[in-house]
Amino acid sequence: MLRIECPCCGPRDHDEFRYGGDASLVRPAHDDPVPEAWYRYVYVRKNPVGPHREFWQHVTGCRQWLVVERDTRTHLIASVSFARKSPA
Amino acid sequence: MNSRNKRLPSGGRIDRARPVDFTFDGKKLCGFHGDTLASALLANDVALVGRSFKYHRPRGIFSAGPEEPNALVTLGTGGRREPNLPATTLELADGMAAESQNRWPSLGFDIQSVNGLFAPFLSAGFYYKTFMGPTRRAWMFYEHFIRRAAGLGRAGVDADPDQYEVRHAFCDVAVIGGGPAGLSAARAAATAGARVALIEQDFLFGGQLLSKRTDGGAAAWLATIEAELRGFENVTMMARTTAFGVYDGGVLGLVGQQGNVDPDRAGSPRQVFTMLRACSIVFAAGAIERPLVFPDNDRPGVMLASAARAYLNRFAVLPGKRVVVAITNDSAWRAAFDLAVAGAEVTVADLRPVPASYLLAEAARLGVSVRTGARIARIRGAHRVNAVTLAGPKTQADIACDLVCVSGGWSPTVHLTSHLGVRPIYRGDIDGFIPGALPASQFVAGSIAGQYATAEAVEAGHRAGVEAASFCGKSKPARAPAKLDLRDTVSTPFRDPGSAGRGKAFVDFQMDVTVADIALAHREGYESVEHLKRYTTLGMGTDQGKTSNFSALAAMAALCDATIPETGVTAFRPPYTPVAIGALAGRAVGHHFKPFRRTPMHDWHQANGAEMLEVGLWMRPWFYRNSGRDVNEAYVAEMRMVREAAGLMDISTLGKIDVQGPDAAIFLDRVYANGFAKLPVGRARYGVMLRDDGIVFDDGTTTRLSENSFFMTTSTAKAADVLSRLEFLLDTAWPELRVAVTSVSDEWAAMSIAGPKSRDLLSAALPGIDVSNEALPHMSLLESAWQGKSLRILRLSYSGERAYEVYVGASAGERLWTHLLAAGEPLGLKPYGVEALGALRVEKGHVAGPEIDGRTTLDDLGLGRMAGKRTGFVGDVLRRRPAFQAADRHRLVGLECVEEGQRLRGGAILFKLGEAIQGHGHGRITSVTYSPTLGKYIGLGLFAGDLAIEGTEVLAAYPMKKEQVRARIVSPVFLDPEGKRLRG
Amino acid sequence: MARYSTFSIFRNALSGQRNWQRAWRAAEAKPAYDVVIVGGGGHGLATAFYLAENHGIRNVAVLEKGYVGGGNVGRNTTVIRSNYLLDGNTQFYEFSMKLWEGMSQALNFNVMFSQRGQLVTAHSADQLDSFSHRANIMRLNGIDADILDRDDVRQLTPYLDFSDTARFPIHGAIFQGRAGTARHDAVAWGYARAADGHGVDIIQNCEVTGFVRDGEKIVGVETTKGRIGAGRVGLAVAGHTSVLGQKAGLELPIESHVLQAFVTEPLKPLVDHVVAYGADHFYVSQSDKGGLVFGGNLDGYNSYAQRGNLGVVREVAEAAIALMPSISRIRLLRHWGGVMDMTPDASPIICPTPIEGLYLNGGWCYGGFKATPASGWCFAHTIATGKPHPLIAAFGLDRFRTGHTLDEAGAGPSAWLQ
Repeated sequence: MLRIECPCCGPRDHDEFRYGGDASLVRPAHDDPVPEAWYRYVYVRKNPVGPHREFWQHVTGCRQWLVVERDTRTHLIASVSFARKSPA
Repeated sequence: MNSRNKRLPSGGRIDRARPVDFTFDGKKLCGFHGDTLASALLANDVALVGRSFKYHRPRGIFSAGPEEPNALVTLGTGGRREPNLPATTLELADGMAAESQNRWPSLGFDIQSVNGLFAPFLSAGFYYKTFMGPTRRAWMFYEHFIRRAAGLGRAGVDADPDQYEVRHAFCDVAVIGGGPAGLSAARAAATAGARVALIEQDFLFGGQLLSKRTDGGAAAWLATIEAELRGFENVTMMARTTAFGVYDGGVLGLVGQQGNVDPDRAGSPRQVFTMLRACSIVFAAGAIERPLVFPDNDRPGVMLASAARAYLNRFAVLPGKRVVVAITNDSAWRAAFDLAVAGAEVTVADLRPVPASYLLAEAARLGVSVRTGARIARIRGAHRVNAVTLAGPKTQADIACDLVCVSGGWSPTVHLTSHLGVRPIYRGDIDGFIPGALPASQFVAGSIAGQYATAEAVEAGHRAGVEAASFCGKSKPARAPAKLDLRDTVSTPFRDPGSAGRGKAFVDFQMDVTVADIALAHREGYESVEHLKRYTTLGMGTDQGKTSNFSALAAMAALCDATIPETGVTAFRPPYTPVAIGALAGRAVGHHFKPFRRTPMHDWHQANGAEMLEVGLWMRPWFYRNSGRDVNEAYVAEMRMVREAAGLMDISTLGKIDVQGPDAAIFLDRVYANGFAKLPVGRARYGVMLRDDGIVFDDGTTTRLSENSFFMTTSTAKAADVLSRLEFLLDTAWPELRVAVTSVSDEWAAMSIAGPKSRDLLSAALPGIDVSNEALPHMSLLESAWQGKSLRILRLSYSGERAYEVYVGASAGERLWTHLLAAGEPLGLKPYGVEALGALRVEKGHVAGPEIDGRTTLDDLGLGRMAGKRTGFVGDVLRRRPAFQAADRHRLVGLECVEEGQRLRGGAILFKLGEAIQGHGHGRITSVTYSPTLGKYIGLGLFAGDLAIEGTEVLAAYPMKKEQVRARIVSPVFLDPEGKRLRG
Repeated sequence: MARYSTFSIFRNALSGQRNWQRAWRAAEAKPAYDVVIVGGGGHGLATAFYLAENHGIRNVAVLEKGYVGGGNVGRNTTVIRSNYLLDGNTQFYEFSMKLWEGMSQALNFNVMFSQRGQLVTAHSADQLDSFSHRANIMRLNGIDADILDRDDVRQLTPYLDFSDTARFPIHGAIFQGRAGTARHDAVAWGYARAADGHGVDIIQNCEVTGFVRDGEKIVGVETTKGRIGAGRVGLAVAGHTSVLGQKAGLELPIESHVLQAFVTEPLKPLVDHVVAYGADHFYVSQSDKGGLVFGGNLDGYNSYAQRGNLGVVREVAEAAIALMPSISRIRLLRHWGGVMDMTPDASPIICPTPIEGLYLNGGWCYGGFKATPASGWCFAHTIATGKPHPLIAAFGLDRFRTGHTLDEAGAGPSAWLQ
């Protein structure tokens, strides 16, 4: 069990969360028409051995999407923050 | 008590006032409360307890703990049958009926012990080299016999009637091991103010202290500290609980046994699985004594010295009257002394040429004879040892005996510390592995760290407890525990280079791996310890090689002329000791496994003849029994009812999402392939969402409640995924959009009224609400209230008939449902189920799950026109990829059966007429129904676009029923293509 | 290479097992090879064997960073089947099945391929229909498949939950009689020994740390044992494909995820087939040694740690009991994790790469073991000829750009959902 320190709800088991994959990817603008940009965003992954920034959503808690920095070798979590930097 | 009773008249930690009756292989025996099955068997002089895995050699009790390789028994019958239990870990209980295993017809006479005669052919890995002929399927013949010969105990096939529990627990400091180091650590951490969990696999705390004499200082110290710990409110003492695994996030897997002997606990779960989240962990798991490797070292009557001491001092059993103690280090001398004091005639054979003088002096005082530089060369006795031959540097002597105690030194119990990938490291001075560099939250103390002397363990435990508490921010000053110096140092063991001899010298007793097998693995190049393990099956038994691991790699290191660290260790995997799968599942069995979901009208359906169908954990009415005798009759009747009058359907399972905010319309415009920005207030629109890769994700209807507020429905299956996706886009991609989304799925009960009479019925049922075509045209919304609850009526149609979706506050769902049915009864309104719903939508050519299968695009489903020339929505760019534009891409078609008396089937493969019926064809049938309106079987399918010309006949092949049926490609909209029925 | 046979066992038994030879040589790396295969797992070793056997290319080295067979070939749950739906997958896995059927004889090493049959339970009429679709495709492609009703399933596997209280009542099953299991380690060892017999050098404890280039072309590898020249380099390092791929300059649609596997204590024969649960993530078979070998779903987050989390252990236990109530009393002996290359469509990638001299074999997700012989066969062909073997034409890296993905589950491009 990973223990994710949700900035809203406190430390929780990871099975309260939904995984969202690589958070270092930059999603193309919604109207970006370039296929290559979308191909890279949807498919190409760095898949690093070591620190990995990744999305998790606290689905059974506050439902916020979080950015978790976690090591893929040790599973140790270095930081957790809200994915949304500012309220809309 | 018979004459063969080996119980001493006094001493031990057994309760002589509470005798316990049990049986072994049907024979009635008696022990005491406080016994293990093993100690009780020994007390009854039962030496032969089991048979080994491969050679079926007779085996006895070898240890006094979970490391036991030999004494495995089966308990229970029927659903309670449980094989492969080490007798050394079973707390003796009244009525316990233990059976020996892996023998036939009896333990004393086992036919398969003949395997021993074939041993020269059954060397390690022999099966890789033979059984390959005469035919290619030859293995299927041989395997049958191999499987029967292999395996240990026989498992039951009935459901387990017992209950288990899962517990979630939290603590600051988890201390694993209740020996001197663990007790001391727990006390220190508790004093520092930490919440402590002290975990001990045994039913008594004390660890190795329990093997000391009960009249000495060790027992007194133990009693004091245990009482002290029980006085702390912040300490949870968990006896009978094994920490079986260490997992990420400081999570420990624990499994606790219900005490077998406490009648007050009857009815409680058999075992409790605890997921303990600990801020820090102190490993004080102790060490396991190593056997010695010599010919026939597996005979019943050969036992670890520490085990003999435990049986003697803890259980008051004198396991032998004439004992040879064969050792390589100081620690086992104490077992020899205790045995001598208890009246045994003891000979110590120390492999070292010059043991310490204080040991020799004590031996002389107690009348223990000593042979230095001596090892066991030979064992006599078939089903139990009766003599050994000791070979010294110059002399050789036969000694009659009924017990052989062995000690090759100690191996720290590092297993748990390596579960997170930390490799143990070798320490030469103790000739063993200790835990490697652990994370900052983990600490070690006592024998596990090579701190074998009790005094040192107590001190180290205290330090570790203080540090572990401090790691959790708890650092009240703690005073040191009382000193406990038993002057029990363990010297560096003298590595036994092994001895040659005629008999088999076992390294892994349970898996029957011998020194010769290791030599063979080496000879054949299986030198890596992992290859060695896999090739010889070393360490693969139920004991996970707890006693064999070190001897094996020492042997391999010697063969490779390498050091122990160069040879390395195999990875330790959880669980530390085997765990019942039932414990891991806890109560999530039967209907508590993935509990199903009920709509607000669920009870009504059940009470009114609905045959229920589970759809993605939701229980939905499949059909109603009063519609027809079986599903096929019922769904057609229910379809007719909808087409001719009206039907009521529970659609509460649909996902419902409230979308609000100034940018809600812009947001929906981006997430749907079709536009929503221009949707007028009060109007609804069918929408399709794509995944980023351009494949259709989900469909549903979204209604504009007000300028900045929308009500979205999703499919039942995708409700959670859609919401999460919307939140993802808002949180990560478009935070500038001022939109909030909220699930309102459970807030609303929803029902659909469909059929030509639906409007009449609604007006009758809801007087005062204008549902006329003018007030509520197709694809529009009406908001109102009913019995004080919010009410939404959406005029939408899935069936192709005039239809309304009625949403009401969930708690009023069943009331409104019955109200509508009552009001509609004169008009012929009855409920219908999902089978009819699915058939109605096929007639209208609406796509659903079978078509939206995660591989189809908008164009594939004939919905490309919805997107038109729009851009900028999710999935827009990648949906234009070349593969999706290919002429032979499979596209949605309608199909009708053209052969009299035949039917179409979903899953049939479509071919051109006249072509060979093989391969993947050009498409398939996805959904079918009998259409009462058209009087024939119709279906939807996906078929190569370049061949999909309406009117063309194709062949639908269904090899599983040996059917080939001709079908005609037609428009997927079979009924009312202009939509007159639903608009008027 | 001395042949293994009943006679050789007999002869060696009489000479005290002293005359057995090494299964493969402890080779020292030469300065250069015609082909260097990176990865001494099942796929790499099979590739080396077929390069020699089928194409006469014997100047080949297999470089393994640890010990041969230490990756997923030695960590999987050993299921072999060819019940694939999609054009491209169907034929490839059936070809693999045919190679399995002759593998022990071809390698002269008993890999204990046991065609005991695999069934997947169905729990609704709809699910059985979708299994029938699959079975139809299999039959039309010459692959054995059967649809079983509830009574048939009860006959084969009476220990499953047929009670009135079953949470997901069994409706039927899809069955492939030729499916089964094999002794996973033996596959690695058998290919290693047979490749070695053809002169292939198998070099253990030799980690590839980089690639040697001549202009754009790859002409060798840097290793912990020094530089080794190569006419062509084949990567077969599933689980770590991204790591080496990136060293070579490839951008890959792969994520590494952990899949756990489980084994119980050895028991007398109980489960005679491979049984997969159609209602949840659980499948089980019984090894010849007697342990029930089972598995479940991915842990669900990127990982290179060969271990799983406790939550999945619990989920798998729950599913196990739901299908097979008596397993409750059986004890879990060991569980471990393997690192999978997960691709966005759960299908593999085997192809030449845009980099001259470099060939790629990876992305096996959780299905690599059953593919081992066909993967080796086709990859060897691809390396030898420079052109993809027709059976792997659908497994190119380009498919993600073009949209020709092979998504059996329709689960979409999030690798961890596959």
